[in-house]
Amino acid sequence: MSQNDLVLDVRDLSVSFRTGRGKVRALRHVDITVPKNKIVGIVGESGCGKSTLINSVLRLLAPNAIIEPGSQVDFLGDDVIKMSNSQLTDLRGQRISMVFQDPMTALNPVISVGTQMTDILYRLKIPMAEKRKRAADMLAQVGIPDAQRRLEDFPHQFSGGMRQRICIAMALMMNPALLIADEPTTALDVTLEAQIIHLMKELREKFECSMLFVSHNLGLIAELCDEVIVMYAGEVVEQGEVHDLFHRAAHPYTRMLLECDPARIAEARQELPTITGSVPDMIDLPPGCIFAPRCPRRYEPCDASPPEPYAVSDQHSARCFLVRDGR
Amino acid sequence: MTTAIEATEAGAPIRREPRFSWLWQLLRDPLGCFGLILVLLIVFAALGADVLSPYDYKALDIKARLASPSVEHLLGTDNLGRDTFSRILHGGRIALYVALVSVGSSLVLGLFLGMLAGYGPRWLDNALMLLFDAVRAFPVIMFALAVITVVGPSLETIIFVVVVTTVPGYARITRSATLSLKNTEFILAERSLGAGTIRVMASHLLPNLIAPLLILASMDIPVVITIEAGLSFLGLGVKPPTPSWGSILNDGYSFIRNTPWLVIAGGIPLIITTLGFTFLGEAMRDVFDPKLKKDR
Repeated sequence: MSQNDLVLDVRDLSVSFRTGRGKVRALRHVDITVPKNKIVGIVGESGCGKSTLINSVLRLLAPNAIIEPGSQVDFLGDDVIKMSNSQLTDLRGQRISMVFQDPMTALNPVISVGTQMTDILYRLKIPMAEKRKRAADMLAQVGIPDAQRRLEDFPHQFSGGMRQRICIAMALMMNPALLIADEPTTALDVTLEAQIIHLMKELREKFECSMLFVSHNLGLIAELCDEVIVMYAGEVVEQGEVHDLFHRAAHPYTRMLLECDPARIAEARQELPTITGSVPDMIDLPPGCIFAPRCPRRYEPCDASPPEPYAVSDQHSARCFLVRDGR
Repeated sequence: MTTAIEATEAGAPIRREPRFSWLWQLLRDPLGCFGLILVLLIVFAALGADVLSPYDYKALDIKARLASPSVEHLLGTDNLGRDTFSRILHGGRIALYVALVSVGSSLVLGLFLGMLAGYGPRWLDNALMLLFDAVRAFPVIMFALAVITVVGPSLETIIFVVVVTTVPGYARITRSATLSLKNTEFILAERSLGAGTIRVMASHLLPNLIAPLLILASMDIPVVITIEAGLSFLGLGVKPPTPSWGSILNDGYSFIRNTPWLVIAGGIPLIITTLGFTFLGEAMRDVFDPKLKKDR
């Protein structure tokens, strides 16, 4: 794949947090790419660094975060890590924008929706009436009926699903090249989830933007995304084309994650399958593979040194010695 | 009825309210309505003092000193035979002037400093908080007495003292609200959509902060009026012959054995103003906070 087809190219990104107990190494040597017009999904347990990853792309990290030297976040040819504050303001909302998990808290409760939406267009020197017209158009596009009038309304006058639609509309106001969605359906119920996913697919066609989609929900990822990235404890353990990855999961972690998906359990049983153990301490890391302590197929090389990404197929790789050794 | 009823996606009817709906909402609240009437009464009396006063507030009438209320002197006269009603009207001007100017400036100043402390860097926050705590450690009256002794009594001195002593209150409320707001998801969302620091502060924090501050301000107006009255009562406020409710009370206090009317006449406008602004403030909070709107 040529360099020009990539919207986002994250190389060797490492992020740590200074804490009282020491340096928490939240992300280690993460490489991900988002090609043009593709939807890339990120899955993983809570605390595996998904949010840290997307917040580093927008440089919205907590003040105690350190982006380690050597990290590169290349967005359409510009390195986000090296950007000044004014360049970042220019980047956010205009070229990359974000949809948050909980639509109940992602809108300012005391400002009308129309004002919040037109506020995003502050960069454009066009009359207010024009801005309001654009905001109304955008609301109509995400399926809010009677958009023109509802601009006057406040967030609490909308339902959860409608609020998430508004958040998506706000994110698309400046027609960004990349839309990041941080578990946009986790706070919604299943029917709304389906609607929002359908909407996002539709909007991708219409606005021709790429998406980075974070979720716990494997079914959702399989349905929506073109490529998947599986993260574990701050590392990318497996990535690849969505069907290839789901059908030929190579990393034991991915396999176990798939087994744990309640939708995949065939026979009825009392206990849900789980992955035993918990995510390792990210201050004091094991010398070998990060997943080794929980891995059922652990063998000699696992404890010696960390694995590199090994190719499973053309567009599919996993950080596991099993793949290298063909076991 | 101009309000249209229509169905939303969820099926719940939404009533569209006409413009100035907040005013109607204020009037629908009995206490708000009452407060508004009292405040309008005071403002009207103060603004129209020149026209409404039956006498010049400086004119002496020694023959009629300490008169009880009568047709000629609606609220009687003071120890120099000056018409109390005229003096109350002009005193209202002083009271409102001091209150509005000082509360207005401390509101603006406190809002600015509080947002700076809450949203700015940690060292600035610590420095400002230290300053505010130091200022708050002074009892208001003591501080006022000290300043007045040095600079001399005047209206400007009172305003200065009130602003200095009330700014920390506004700043603290603003700061704590800012601290809790700055980590909310919607502020993060605004930042992710490209809002810079100034934009976040001006268009997203400010509207969230105004409601509690307006209530504090409306409660502070009567407090400031009583501070002015108190200082004038002690003879440290406005200089005679300029009338003030405090100095009228002071005069009345000296002659309370001769006539109770001066104390009564000086006290009632204080009560009306205090009640009026307090009720109005309470009602305004309910109206301006969109989360509290019941029937929308």
